[in-house]
This record gives sequence, structure tokens and C-alpha cells, in this order.
Amino acid sequence: MGKRVGVEVSIALADAVKLADADVIAAYPITPQTHIVEHLAELVAEGELDAEYIPVESEHSALSACLGSAAAGARTFTATAGQGLELMHEVLYVASGMRLPIIMAVANRALSSPLSVWGDHSDAMAVRDTGWIQIFTENGQEVVDQIICAFRIAEDPNVLLPVMVHLDGFNLSHVIEPIEMPTEEEVCDFLPVRRNPLTLHPSKPVAMGDFAPPVVYTEAKWAQEQAMMAVKPTILDIWDDFAKKFGREYKPVECYKCDGAKNLLFTMGSFSETAMTAVDKLRDAGVDIGLIRLRLWRPFPFEEFRAAVKNAETLLVLDRCISSGGPGGPVASELKAALYNEEKKPKVVSFVGGLGGRDITVAGFEKIILDGLELAAKGQEREYEIVGVRE
Amino acid sequence: MAKSEFELTWQDIEIGAAVTEPGSAAAYKTGDWKSQRPTYDFSRCLKCGICYVFCPEGCVRQNQKGHFEANPYYCKGCGICAYECPTRVIVMREEEEK
Ligand code: SF4
Ligand code: SF4
Repeated sequence: MGKRVGVEVSIALADAVKLADADVIAAYPITPQTHIVEHLAELVAEGELDAEYIPVESEHSALSACLGSAAAGARTFTATAGQGLELMHEVLYVASGMRLPIIMAVANRALSSPLSVWGDHSDAMAVRDTGWIQIFTENGQEVVDQIICAFRIAEDPNVLLPVMVHLDGFNLSHVIEPIEMPTEEEVCDFLPVRRNPLTLHPSKPVAMGDFAPPVVYTEAKWAQEQAMMAVKPTILDIWDDFAKKFGREYKPVECYKCDGAKNLLFTMGSFSETAMTAVDKLRDAGVDIGLIRLRLWRPFPFEEFRAAVKNAETLLVLDRCISSGGPGGPVASELKAALYNEEKKPKVVSFVGGLGGRDITVAGFEKIILDGLELAAKGQEREYEIVGVRE
Repeated sequence: MAKSEFELTWQDIEIGAAVTEPGSAAAYKTGDWKSQRPTYDFSRCLKCGICYVFCPEGCVRQNQKGHFEANPYYCKGCGICAYECPTRVIVMREEEEK
């Protein structure tokens, strides 16, 4: 049994990377990810974690160093946020195209300009098509658990894809929470030693990330896409096994008080915790509302999502990102797309809020829900509603 | 590679599109791209190797008589060798010309 400790989530995350026995960490410090890599640097410096810590001069180099280390077969970790993730952008595609199981924690942050170091999902949404598995977490315990699961998912021979674990900047990264830290033995037992089907090795030379002329590029991309779409059963198995060993269950789509609810609110990340309290209060007041939280964003769990909303009439979606000039928040647009060809589908109302660290309180969520139900009944005037903006 | 690149299906692609066969780039004849090729009048050749040094494709080799000559399958027809040759041995000609 693990030990329950009160600890800052960033520190717990770094400790989880230590439990996973990472071999190489290359990272550039950026708010609000800093505490994660600072603590990892300390663990390495003090000899508590036998790993190579590569201090680089930018995030582009951080991920490039991770490419090399993962290609050589080392268990590799990095972390970033906001602008840093954007600076990694081109290398993100290289990592997924080369099928390298790199683990990255993203302490979600808004993108400049104006400069903001506070949390929203603009960084995560900007990289949603880069071929990485993306998992959103809700609280500190999930962060620790999902980091450990992420290593096993990424390195599974049926997966071999990089994984991003998203945690909201500050709202999650900097809070102190009671967290049950698994023991080294438990993690060792859960996370097998990495076996690499294809690594750089002088006795069996391979070339990675090669040139593909038009005649084979489509085939290469389709092979990668097939791999991505096939990973869900493996992720479900790994989460099941995690539940057996650690007693905490994770699902791609999680429903809260959805039974019989005709109206559903949809959230991702740490706001889900606040939204739950709002749903509790409104339920007590007799409002018909349930909550769906999405944990697995890529690959998108179409089946589970469609099943979760199949009896709903209204779906209120909160995005922490603006899809500029687009048809609504990026998540709302994708949910609409996922439902478009369904015979029976709920009406989707898109909300954008919580940008650049703006809080949405329980009362704020109650207002979103009540406004959303009203808009669904009388019809929306615009593509999306912005939450709490001063007019 | 048993199959040609035109026959490869997505299932044939290695994990991460890795190339597991060393030296396989030789099968990709990059000289197909060229629109001009170097032609030679070796009577003026000094065998100095300047064309060999300057060729950015590394496709120039010394033949049995000691003259330097480009491999047409990999020469991209950039004309650098012709420009650098001190005795004007090399003349670039359109691909279709004799
Ligand atoms: S034309 Fe250019 S590529 Fe061809 S042999 Fe001369 S220098 Fe090399
Ligand atoms: S540069 Fe001219 S002279 Fe010198 S080896 Fe080449 S062809 Fe002959």
C-alpha cells in the first residue's frame, strides 16, 4: 500500500517519474511547469534518481534530445507548458511519426499575446493533431496515476507512441493535495522493464525519421494513424490493470450523475471538480443535469462518448480555448462532428471560459448550466457564448 | 526491400517508417530530377579532381583512365563542376540533347 502524503502536485508528479525510473530527462524550465523539472533536477543531482538530466537551451532542443534518447531505447521524460509546447511543435510530429514512447507532462498555460503564464487549454488544443496520445487529468492523484500509466501505455509494443499528460497550470500544478504515492515495488510490478522492438544499435543499424517521397508518404501516415486508432483497447486494459493493483479506476469518458439526465455538461481538466459541485447543488434544487468529463482526448473515444450522450437532449460544452474565427470552442466543434451523423443527437451549446487563469467558481458553473439550458431552449444567437466577459 | 516503393502498402511500412536495410538509399536514383547533364571533353582534363571536390552530390568518381566523371543516376545537374573546372572540360547540356 502506498503512503498518503500532503504534497504539491508538481512535486508528486516528479516523484512519480522517479518511481517510473526514467533514464533520461531533458527539459527547459517554464512557468507553470518549473517545479516539476526543478524537483527532477534535484532528484538526479542528489543521486535519488539514476538518470541523465539534460539541461537544454530551449524547448525545441529539449524535445530533440528526448527524440535521441528514446530512439536509443531509454525511458524518456520531459515537461513543458504554453509557449514551450509551441516551440516544440515541429518536433512533436517527428516524435509521433518515429513512434517514440516519450512521456511529457504539460502544465497547461495560455498562449501569448498578451503574455499570460496562467492556465487554459490553448496549448493543448494547438497540438491536438500532432499524433500524441493526450490524457487530461482532474486532480493531483490522477496526475500521479496517469504519469505512471503513461509510461506503460507509451512503451506497450502495441502502442509505441508518445503520450502527453495534461494538468492545468497553477490550478493543479501548484496546489497542495493529499495524494497516495504508490511504492517503488508496486510501480515496478505495474511497469515492466522497457523492451524495445526497434532502437538505434550499432549491431542492427536502422535509420529513423527518413525521407518519404510522395509515393510512400501516404502509406507511412496511414500506418501511423492505424496505430493511433488501435491503441484504445490497450489503454483500457492498462487502466483496468491499474484499478486492480491500485484500486483507482479510470475511463476515457466519465459520467457523474448522468443516469436519466436529459441535460449534460461537458468538461475537461481540473474544472471538472468544480463542475461536480455545481451539478450537486443544481440537482438538489431539482434541475435535470449531469456531467461528462473526458479523460482521453487523443485518440478520441468516439464510442464511449456517443454512448454517454445518446439519451441526452442538451450538451453544454465548456472550452478553455478560443478557436479563433471558428464555429465554437475546439472541443465543442469536435463533439458536434462526432455526433453529426448520429440519428439522435443532443443540441450542443458551446461556451468558452476560464481563459488565461480566469476562475470559474461553483456559482459560475451554475450560471453556465442555467444559461445553457435557456439558450438550448430558445436558440443561440452566436456560434459560442463567452463566459464572464465584462461588456 | 522486396517490393518496389510503388507496391508498398501501409502494412509494409516498418514501425515509425524506419529504414532497416542499410544502404537502401542507393536504390533511390536522385539523378532522375536533373534537366541538364555534364558532358566531357577529356582531352583537356588535368585530372586535378576539382570537379570531384566541388560536386555537392558526391557523385563524381575517377574512371579507369584517371579522368573524373559524374554518375548520371545521382548527378542533379547543378553545373557546379562545369563552372569550377579550370580547363572547361565540362559542358552542361539539356537532357534531351545529344
Ligand atoms: S552537375 Fe552538379 S551534381 Fe552533377 S556532377 Fe557536376 S557538380 Fe555534381
Ligand atoms: S575539374 Fe576539369 S580538369 Fe579537373 S579533373 Fe575535373 S574535369 Fe578534369
